[in-house]
Amino acid sequence: MSRSTSGGVRSGGGAVLGRTTAGRMPRFGGAAALLCAPFALLLIGTVLAPVTYALYLSLFTERLSGLGFSGPSRAFVALGNYADVVTDPDFLHGVGNVALYAVIQVPLMLGGALVVALLIDSAVARLKQVWLLAVFLPYAVPGVIAGLIWGYLYSPDIGPISSIAPIDPLGANGILPSVVNIATWQWMGYNMIIFYTALRTVPRELLEAARVDGAGPIRTALSVKLPSIRPTLFVGLVFTIIGALQLFTEPLVLQSFTGAVTSTWTPSLYVYDSAFVAGDYGRAAAASVLLGLVSAVLSAVVMRFSARRSR
Amino acid sequence: MLGIAALYSVLPLMWLVTSSTKSLGDFSTTSAFEFADWNLPANLRALFSEADGVFLAWARNSVLYAGVGAVLGALICTACGYAVAKLDFPGRRTLFAVTLTGVLVPTTALALPLYLMASEFRLVDTFWAVFLPLLTNPFGVYLARVYAEAAVPDEVLEAARIDGSGELKTFFRVALPMMRPGFVTIILFQFVQIWNNFFLPLVMLTDPRLFPLSLGLYQWSTRVSQFPQYNPLVITGSLLAVLPIIVAFLVLQRQWRSGLTAGSVK
Repeated sequence: MSRSTSGGVRSGGGAVLGRTTAGRMPRFGGAAALLCAPFALLLIGTVLAPVTYALYLSLFTERLSGLGFSGPSRAFVALGNYADVVTDPDFLHGVGNVALYAVIQVPLMLGGALVVALLIDSAVARLKQVWLLAVFLPYAVPGVIAGLIWGYLYSPDIGPISSIAPIDPLGANGILPSVVNIATWQWMGYNMIIFYTALRTVPRELLEAARVDGAGPIRTALSVKLPSIRPTLFVGLVFTIIGALQLFTEPLVLQSFTGAVTSTWTPSLYVYDSAFVAGDYGRAAAASVLLGLVSAVLSAVVMRFSARRSR
Repeated sequence: MLGIAALYSVLPLMWLVTSSTKSLGDFSTTSAFEFADWNLPANLRALFSEADGVFLAWARNSVLYAGVGAVLGALICTACGYAVAKLDFPGRRTLFAVTLTGVLVPTTALALPLYLMASEFRLVDTFWAVFLPLLTNPFGVYLARVYAEAAVPDEVLEAARIDGSGELKTFFRVALPMMRPGFVTIILFQFVQIWNNFFLPLVMLTDPRLFPLSLGLYQWSTRVSQFPQYNPLVITGSLLAVLPIIVAFLVLQRQWRSGLTAGSVK
C-alpha cells in the first residue's frame, strides 16, 4: 500500500512518460499519484492503520501493577484476549443472538423484497411507481430514528402493537423478533428496488417463450426470472449478512424502552461495552478483529459461491 | 399483498406525523394513528428552544458531515477510481486490491482503534474525528473505476493529451464531466451512508454541539423513561430529521433509482 503511493511520487513530476510494455495504457506516475493521493492517505489513515492498531492492541492487556498507584502497564498476552473473548458467555450469547437474528431476518427480508419485486414486475400490478415509492420510503429513515419509531410503537402504554401481538414485543422473548422487524422494515424496500431493476433486464423474449410454453406467472418467476437475477440476489445476500453481523444501532436504541436488551446483546454491543464502559481495550480489540474476520470470510465464501453458480 | 407491504412501510411514518402533533397528555391517551388536539406549533417551539436551540446545531452538523462529506468524498473516490481505470502507474493493482479489502472491513471493528488513534492526535471530540473517517469510501472507488471504464473512451483522453492538456486538467475538464452520472451516484451513496452512520459519532463525540441529528435524538431518547417531557422532543425531532430526506428522495426519484441500482450490477 505505502509502496504504491511512494512509487507514484518517485516517478512523479507529471511528465508524460510515454507508452509502456504493459499495454495501451500510458504511464503517468505523477498525475496518478496526485489523483490517488487523497484517497490513499485516507485509506491508510482511517482503515489500514486502525486495522493494524487493532491487531496490535488485541495482543496486549492493561494490568495494574502493585496497588495500582503506578498506573497501568501494558503486558503482552499473545492470544490471551482472543481466548477470553471466545470463552466469555456474554460474547457467546451475543453471537447466538446475531446468528438467530440472521437466520430469521435474512430470508424474511430478502424473501419479502423478492416477492414484492416480482409482484410489481408482473403485469398485474397497477400504479407501479406509487408501490415502489411506498415500500422504498423506510430506507430514507436512519437506523436511530427507525429504532425510535418502532420503540414507541412497541411500548405498552403508547403503541398499538403490544395489545395485538401474541408476545410482548419488548419482553425477553419478543425482543429478537422486534429487532428483526425493524431491520426488515428498513431494508426491504432498498433490496426490492435492486431486485426489481434486475428483473427489468430479463429479456422479454425469454418471458414470452415461457408463456408460449404454457408456464403460469409463478412457474415463470421460479424457473425464468429468479435464475436470471441470481448474481444480484447473491450481492443482496452478502450485504445483508454483513449488516446482520454488525447489528448495533437498533438494539442500542431499544435499550431506552426495555431492559430486555443487555449491554452485550450483540457482538458489536460487546465491543462497545468492553471498550467504552469496561475500558478493556485488549478485549474489545480482540472482539473487533474476530468480528472483522468473520464478516470478511463469510462474504468471501458467499461471493465465491455466487461466482461459481452464475457462470 | 402489495397493499400490505405498502401499509407496513408507510404506517410507522404516519404514526410519526400524527404523534408529532400531539401534546404529551394526548400522546399516551389517544390512539396511535388518530389526530388529537393540534399541538404541533407548541412541540416545534419546545424542540427549537430546548438546550439553547441545540437541535438547529445538530441539523447544521448533519448537513456538514453528510453534505460536504458526500461531495468531497465522492470527488476523492472518483479521482482515484479514474486513475486506477485509465492511468498506468506503479502500485496500481496493489492500491485497488487493498481498496477492495477495505470494502469488507466493518465499521464497528474500526471504531475502537480509530477512537484511540484520534485520542493520540487529540482529535477526539472534534469535527474532524467524525468527518475524516466518513470521507473514506472504498466502495466509491470501486464504482468510480467501473464508471470510468464504461464512460471515458481512451481516444478522448488521447486527443486531450495531443492538444497538450495536462493529466489533472484532463481529469477535471474532460473525464469528470463524462463520468457525471456515476459521480452523482457516488455522492448519493455516500450521503446516505454518512447520514445513517451512528457508531462513529457515538464513540468520538461528547460535546452535544458537535452531534449529528441521530446522535442528538438518541441522547434525548435515553432520558425519556425518567423525563417524559422529552417524548415530544424526540418524536417531533425525528419527523424533522427524516422529512427533508424523504422529500429529497421524492424529488430526485429518477436519480436515486438509477443510482442505487448501478452498484448492484457486478
